[in-house]
Amino acid sequence: MTQHAEGELSPEVVMAEMKKNGVTHVVWLPDSETNFLYLLMEADPDLDLIPVSREGQAFSTAAGLTVGGKKPVILIQNTGMMESGDSLRGWGLSLNIPVVMMVGYRGWTRHGVNTDTAATYTERFLNAFGIQYYLVENGEDAPRISVAFEEASRTRRPVAVLVGDEYHGFNR
Amino acid sequence: MIDTADMLRAFAPHRGNSIVIPGRGGRHWTQISDQPNRDLPVGDPAMGGHASFGLGVALSLPDERVILFDSEGDVLMNMGALPTIAEKAPKNFYHFMLDNECYATTGGQPVPNAKSIEYDVIARGSGYPATYAFDNLEDFASSIEEILGQPGPVFVALKVEPEVENTPIGARVRWQTRSRTQVIDDLKVELGVEGP
Repeated sequence: MTQHAEGELSPEVVMAEMKKNGVTHVVWLPDSETNFLYLLMEADPDLDLIPVSREGQAFSTAAGLTVGGKKPVILIQNTGMMESGDSLRGWGLSLNIPVVMMVGYRGWTRHGVNTDTAATYTERFLNAFGIQYYLVENGEDAPRISVAFEEASRTRRPVAVLVGDEYHGFNR
Repeated sequence: MIDTADMLRAFAPHRGNSIVIPGRGGRHWTQISDQPNRDLPVGDPAMGGHASFGLGVALSLPDERVILFDSEGDVLMNMGALPTIAEKAPKNFYHFMLDNECYATTGGQPVPNAKSIEYDVIARGSGYPATYAFDNLEDFASSIEEILGQPGPVFVALKVEPEVENTPIGARVRWQTRSRTQVIDDLKVELGVEGP
């Protein structure tokens, strides 16, 4: 197991949350915030990784997976989420798909001074679509991932987990 | 050019117990299908997503044959879905694509480079192990058994006649008889699927 500094979000903790919530498929496009999970996910025989080349494909793929009773999670960056607006609307919201999207929060800073418009518009975008979201920055925040899964299942809607832990991870 | 309704009527006897996602052919398929609870006529939730949706359905139900009638406008919008389908290689997935060379629902404007794209070549280059292209009903009808008799994913490009609509969307007669969510719920009941 890789050693992680106190306060960091370890990939093992995130994986544990995914397993605890019965995730069967990870629909993903690599990004710098969530790449720390990749090797762990790839090594897990119980997880099926589905790589996409444009984030909008993730929502329709996830919708199809839920038709057969599977439980996908979407792993993308905030930039791609914003590109995916119509897919989120049509394949996520209008089909009542209870999916958690773990979104790399590019540009996020705790002090609020950001120089990246990807961060500027992330929460505004989610609010415009009425998507509930939870910020996860470190291991102590990890239980919020389970909260997101419970809420997605209960409301039959997509729910976001914003991952604000850039470059602290597994592939570094 | 093939008439879409005629093509679907030719396909129907070969359907067996397949799950059918009729896509842009939904208007006709709902009149032809004899197993509506095994159909997924979700209409057009968001353009460009049918291929990925079909992939997800196929991966989630590996013991069911899944047949998608996609369109060239949808494929062009998310062409990157083809390599993903090829990589995951669901043996139960049959990807038919209706190519009318235009955006029929918006008045018939041509898609980019409408008359010169070889979609079967693109699919083969993306990694589909088997691809076909047809521009007449007779050749298609005589090949259906062969197409469905091999493991997927299989891609089939079909040149079809455009059915251009010019009335405002709000004034069009809905062909759907069930809501999108009802369609999915009905299939889950039919298959005994539990879960989210």
